[in-house]
Amino acid sequence: MIRLNGVGKRYPGGKEALRNISLHINRGELVFVTGHSGAGKSTLLRLIPLLERPTRGQIFVANVSLARLPRRRIPLLRRGIGMIFQDHRLLYDRPVFDNVALPLIIAGMPYREIGRRVRAALDKVGLLDKERHYPVTLSSGEQQRVGIARAVVARPPILLADEPTGNLDPALSGEIMRLFEQFNELGATMMIASHDVTLINRLGHRRLTLADGKLIDDGVERRRET
Amino acid sequence: MTVWNGAGRLEAPMKPHQSHGRRRFLKVWLAQHVRALLGSLGAFTRNRIPSLMTAGVIGIALALPAAFLVLLDNIQTLASGWQGQPHASLFLRRDLNAEQVTRLAQQIGARKGVVHVRIITPEQGLAELRELSGFRQVLALLPSNPLPPVIEVEPSGALTPAQVDSLIDELAALPSVARIRLDRDWLQRLHAILYLFERGTWVVAALLGITVILVVGNTIRLDIENRRDEIVIVKLIGATDAFVRRPFLYSGLWHGLAGGLLACLLVETGRLLLTGPASHLASLYGSRFELTGIGFSGGLTLLGCGAFLGLVGSRLAVGWHLSAIEPR
Repeated sequence: MIRLNGVGKRYPGGKEALRNISLHINRGELVFVTGHSGAGKSTLLRLIPLLERPTRGQIFVANVSLARLPRRRIPLLRRGIGMIFQDHRLLYDRPVFDNVALPLIIAGMPYREIGRRVRAALDKVGLLDKERHYPVTLSSGEQQRVGIARAVVARPPILLADEPTGNLDPALSGEIMRLFEQFNELGATMMIASHDVTLINRLGHRRLTLADGKLIDDGVERRRET
Repeated sequence: MTVWNGAGRLEAPMKPHQSHGRRRFLKVWLAQHVRALLGSLGAFTRNRIPSLMTAGVIGIALALPAAFLVLLDNIQTLASGWQGQPHASLFLRRDLNAEQVTRLAQQIGARKGVVHVRIITPEQGLAELRELSGFRQVLALLPSNPLPPVIEVEPSGALTPAQVDSLIDELAALPSVARIRLDRDWLQRLHAILYLFERGTWVVAALLGITVILVVGNTIRLDIENRRDEIVIVKLIGATDAFVRRPFLYSGLWHGLAGGLLACLLVETGRLLLTGPASHLASLYGSRFELTGIGFSGGLTLLGCGAFLGLVGSRLAVGWHLSAIEPR
């Protein structure tokens, strides 16, 4: 589903965020990306929906080379990728319902369908009773779950999460990870960047380890051993 | 809903009509437009004060040239009312005696297209000049009467300007006529002046049109800046440029339309204020002239201009500022 061949990313100014990364993530896999802050986890995730372009190498998403994807088709790539951010990235002047409905409105879904889908997604993250609330009135964990509902509401085949549990206490983090596992069981390919090693170890999925922009462990060997 | 499942779907042109049929594409497209239209109208009415201020600037900018054009229109109507009866003064050769002059006047009066002739003898002319000019003492110094006999000719009002011209030419060609003067000259000058003013008004209108475009453009630019975060987020989750653009374009349209409406109101209010004094003035001249307003089609034109300029302004602003905002 996601394939990287010798990908490097150097920012203007010379900082090398990623060096020669090659990896392959299969359809329906759940993969954790770990490493110290600054190791390149975020950069790696941002390459996939083309929020950044690599300076070297090739990326394939669903067998499509991103380098050859025309600019006007980038929105369609992004519609197929649900993204969850540590800082939630919600629209704070719109109620929860509107935030979650946004991907469906962008895709031009009929209204009846939107209501049904949004409530199903909110139900899934346990916020059905908060649909008329504004994000600022919600706790950080609840805002994160609104972000998750927005990412999954259009049922994208790929979900990316950048430090989704960064600010949350362990109980909430575990809850959110269980949600992710449920989406994964429904067929979504997932990449989750996190430095919460204890949590990742407990869950026991494939784990990519980055250090200083290099992939030092792509988790395939370890999985064969276990 | 999966927008794409695999290679083929993303690689193929992803216009919705190819995967779901033209009908669905049109429906979605229309729904998106209605959404943007209503959404931007909602935003316009929610931010009432800034919206009205922008609309006010646009309204005044549109009302000024519109008012000038309405005024010119009225003056032209008035002037064309006077054009019917030009008088021609035929200055005859000084050596003609009274009898010859009378005969000539009869001949001219019998011509087709001539309604009325009047003879002004040199003596009458001198008397009139004495009465009118206050040159009594100067005139008394003259050894003899310098004035020629004059025949005043009034062509029929049914003649076209071209026919009047050819009549005048024929009269001028008469051997007894030394010089001819048509008192239509001042009217022609008036028309020339009006034409100049009209041209000037169009120049001003063009400049004010550019002003409207810049004002709307600036309003939309500020709006884009204020909603930068929102734009980034919707682009992040797959909004096309057109989707992001639409609300701003409609917003420009609403500002322009509101400005056009305001301009109509301003011009009509101005007319109502001037109508009383204008008809009073007209009645003093024994005319029943009434100020005509901007009219229905004029109002529509003004609204159309407002909408068009608003759209152009917002399109420019969107083109300049929106593409610079990309998700980070």
